[in-house]
Amino acid sequence: MTVELFIQYLVAGITYGSIYAIVAIGFNIIYNTTGIINFAQGEFVMLGGMLSITFLHFLPLPLAIAVAVLCTMAIGAAIEILFIRWLHNPGVLRIVMITVGISILIREAALHVWGDNVHSLPYFVGNAVSTIAIFGARVSPQVLCVIGACGLMVLFLIVFFQMTSVGREMRACAANRTAAVLCGIDTRNMVTLSFILSAGIGAVAGAVMSPITYTQYDIGTGLAIKGFTVAILGGLGNSLGAVAAGLLLGVIEAFSVSVVPLAFQDAISIAILLVILFVRPHGLFGSSAAAGLKEF
Amino acid sequence: MKWRNLALLPLFAVIVLVQVLCSATDSIYYLTQLTMSAYYSLLIIGLCVLMGYAGQISMGHAGFFAIGGYLSAALTTRSLVAFQDHTLVRLLHAAGCLSAGQDIYGEPMLVVTPWAACVIAVLTAAVVALLLGIPVLKLKGHYLAMATLGFGIIIYRIVLASSYFGEADGISGVPGFTLLPGLSVNGEFSSRVENYYIAWGVLLLGMLLLRNLINSRAGRALRAIHGSIEAADAVGVDTARFKVYTFVLSAVFAALAGVLLTHYNGGIGPSEAGIMKSVRYVAIVAVGGMANLWGALIMGVVLNFLSLRGLFGSYDDAVFGLILILIMLFAPGGILTLRLGGLWERLRPKAKSGKEGAS
Repeated sequence: MTVELFIQYLVAGITYGSIYAIVAIGFNIIYNTTGIINFAQGEFVMLGGMLSITFLHFLPLPLAIAVAVLCTMAIGAAIEILFIRWLHNPGVLRIVMITVGISILIREAALHVWGDNVHSLPYFVGNAVSTIAIFGARVSPQVLCVIGACGLMVLFLIVFFQMTSVGREMRACAANRTAAVLCGIDTRNMVTLSFILSAGIGAVAGAVMSPITYTQYDIGTGLAIKGFTVAILGGLGNSLGAVAAGLLLGVIEAFSVSVVPLAFQDAISIAILLVILFVRPHGLFGSSAAAGLKEF
Repeated sequence: MKWRNLALLPLFAVIVLVQVLCSATDSIYYLTQLTMSAYYSLLIIGLCVLMGYAGQISMGHAGFFAIGGYLSAALTTRSLVAFQDHTLVRLLHAAGCLSAGQDIYGEPMLVVTPWAACVIAVLTAAVVALLLGIPVLKLKGHYLAMATLGFGIIIYRIVLASSYFGEADGISGVPGFTLLPGLSVNGEFSSRVENYYIAWGVLLLGMLLLRNLINSRAGRALRAIHGSIEAADAVGVDTARFKVYTFVLSAVFAALAGVLLTHYNGGIGPSEAGIMKSVRYVAIVAVGGMANLWGALIMGVVLNFLSLRGLFGSYDDAVFGLILILIMLFAPGGILTLRLGGLWERLRPKAKSGKEGAS
């Protein structure tokens, strides 16, 4: 394998990996505040892309994406308020089935609104054939947009959770819910906020990836599975672990193309998920002692 | 036969009554969908025991259905002439598992007989379930759901990507399956009534087996696992083994349903392996009330029948998603237990304590 080809694969892997990392962080944000795995996480990414494409008919590109992200956040809030907020102590099984049902409803609604065609946003900079040379490899500027946007979101989340009082309240809610209530934090609103936040970052990822990966009504499930794989790999709830694991999975997937047919690419990441679940359900970076206290 | 098995007699009466009514009113075409519903319900009652009694969720049961359906379809249609000299093919031939014939162009064909294909398909599903079940069933909640969902997607990708399984077109031209001389699972119009009884007969047998299982020692162990795995462990139930057994059993039910429905339809397509199918089965078990075999059976037949009649149109998948959400939000015990359960509780003390209850 030449150096150029190696870098080409590496960049492709990092691009997809950063998307997976964002989906995984979306899982983590909701998991941390509620202990719920939101199976509809991938649908937020799909909605972000689809809504941006629709709003592009009326608005300039940056505004269209902004409105689409806001709409997806509103949908995220609506899901939490309608389906999750008023349940008292629902079992894990019940929540799994409810969020699976929600993801199907969103997907079917998307099918009826946008049809089963492949849609995409135009390239943000340049066009489909414009490239930038990096160490001899040809890279589309859109790829840099995706990596940049995902990096910025991670930075934003770090600042948000560490520096702002709302972010600290959310972390308190994640660490100890009862204690957070005693400190006067409205944990219910924090849960709604966590859905809004993870819908928002999912939608941004969906919009920036749309020009290169295209958007179709049914991309959500595949992304959710891979995002979940990454979340588990990085240790559920650990967002920096998710970034590392996301890049790892993206790169593994990209290089696997040179070994197995493209059609089996998804099967590889799912096989990784199964292996990780069997061998290290607490993730590559998590501690098994802490995992013993959780419900697997 | 124990007395509790007599409860299946009314079901048998209904089966006969429906057939007689359909034949008498010249609406025999309903029997086609009822036959298909019966096969889907076979999978659903198996999943019901896994979900309701052992308390383990599987979002990948369409995968086992597809293993059964696709393997039997491929083995009975794909000619082995090119591999004639392979040891395995020779062994099968010597065992009488192959049948020679001619394809439509007059070329010689050598395919596996439906019986042998059925056994191979169901055994494969059982082995896969065993290999998957041992590690997967150590997981709980989200992890189990995600792992089984992942398994379902892998099967879907495999059938969609391999030319042996017909890629997006699936496999068609699957021959009939002669269970006994004169009794064949096929899609011929003339044998519609016969097939209706085969399907429902298989479903009745499955029901009989599962009802006796859940009322046996193993069944009590399963319910103990569902109640509290720690408590079950403490009283000496080998929880891991029972969970895996149930998983394998439900996979066998799913694979058998796949085999029979594929022979009945004369083919199978990749949508049978899709995630939506798995979710649909879970939704139906949930509507029926999880730990309620009768509920699963009735809802399985009714909902599949309505879906196959095309009542939900292009909203078919959405309807099942909506059903899943509504049931889980408002009636996690299932539709039937909500109404009939309340009624049953009110009736039972009367029946037991006679005059006291009535006064």
